[in-house]
Amino acid sequence: MANDLTRRGTLAALAGGAALALAPRAAQALTEAQARDLVQSLVDDINAVIASGKPEAAMYRDFERIFATYADVPTVALYTLGVDGRAATDAQKRAYIDAFRGYIARKYGARFRDFIGGRLEMEGVRRIKSYYQVRTTAYLRGEDPFFVDFQVSDRSGEPRFFNMFIEGVNMLLTEREEIGAMLDRRGRDLDRLIADLRTMG
Amino acid sequence: MTRDARHERRSVAAATLVAALLALAGCSVAPEDAGPVHDPYEAQNRAVHDFNRGVDRAVLRPVSRSFRGDPEAEPSDLAVVVVNFGENLGAPQQAVNRLLQGDLRRAGRNALRFTLNTTLGFGGLFDVAGDMGLAPDDTDFGETLYVWGVPEGAYQELPLLGPSTERRTAGRVVDIFTDPLGSVLSTEQRRAAAAARLAGRVIERGRYGGAVDSVLYDSADSYAQTRLIYLQNRRFELAGEDAAPSEADFTDPYEDLYGE
Repeated sequence: MANDLTRRGTLAALAGGAALALAPRAAQALTEAQARDLVQSLVDDINAVIASGKPEAAMYRDFERIFATYADVPTVALYTLGVDGRAATDAQKRAYIDAFRGYIARKYGARFRDFIGGRLEMEGVRRIKSYYQVRTTAYLRGEDPFFVDFQVSDRSGEPRFFNMFIEGVNMLLTEREEIGAMLDRRGRDLDRLIADLRTMG
Repeated sequence: MTRDARHERRSVAAATLVAALLALAGCSVAPEDAGPVHDPYEAQNRAVHDFNRGVDRAVLRPVSRSFRGDPEAEPSDLAVVVVNFGENLGAPQQAVNRLLQGDLRRAGRNALRFTLNTTLGFGGLFDVAGDMGLAPDDTDFGETLYVWGVPEGAYQELPLLGPSTERRTAGRVVDIFTDPLGSVLSTEQRRAAAAARLAGRVIERGRYGGAVDSVLYDSADSYAQTRLIYLQNRRFELAGEDAAPSEADFTDPYEDLYGE
């Protein structure tokens, strides 16, 4: 009896979590300080991994984890599906978000590897519509510094970044195009894409 | 032919080219609602892209790897010297372009960098100006055209040179004819300069190897990814680091997905 209740409770929580992932709550007003705190803690985490001196493979895993922790992955994932996302079932959407989480974390985690031996520094925060854009500067070994910008929202229920720009290159736009091309190559078969994404990136 | 006559002929040729190319640059303007990419020459560009990718795979990539050695190592002293030498020879040209853009501060910085590096830096082998806090400043006549209000024009992928826009291509041609060093250097010196720039490209290819490989060889559509990444980055650089985030170019996934 108690077990049944627990199981039901767990299922309800899971279903609730899934619903939350697909349809974000109405936004509370995100403050500039929250946006800054989120990116500061992201930057601190990345710098800590860089400075940890761990073997590279362990660093990649850490970068993947950081990406999945700080990004609003469901929103990024569904945006990259474009119009194909509208025809997808809820089960497909959940499977896609899950596969995309690994793909995007591996891909951008691999780009963070270029940061080994360098560091990220916070610059400033700017408001854009109802969001905040937080600028950081990357100082890498033997290279001119460059900008990495994060756009932050709390529409997922908590502050997360939903887009990043490396020297002006927009992750959402670039990935939407790339996912679109992957779908083209697979005859717009979403299930095939989901299966393949699990090992890509 | 005297040097003056040669110089004059070159100036006339340059002026004619500028006029012709400005007309060309103006000929393909993106429709207002075209989105971020204006690419009417896509079929031809894709053929060039395949060619460039073949060259990269067969030559640039393997050579840059063998130059680079250990991928995690700091760039070698030789690589740094070659890159410095090539960059220094570009500084007078950049000073001229900054002047044409009305940016006296950066025109002066480039002129000073060239003077310091050519003298104290042993002919540009060492970037002593950079060590003094005068960071390198990259520009070109394409940027000058941007400052003058010339539209970007269509996207182009050029053989060997890679991604460009009509405006940037026009700028490249003008830069060939307006390099202040062009009339000063001997033929041998010009060859050395060209060799240094080419070697610099190989070294850069090695340095950004992972990122370039991922776009060229891991993308589902490497042409489209190269195009989008190039255009975004070029526009970002032209807008300058202090440009406010643009609401017009803002991607709002929440509105797109949830219609909020």
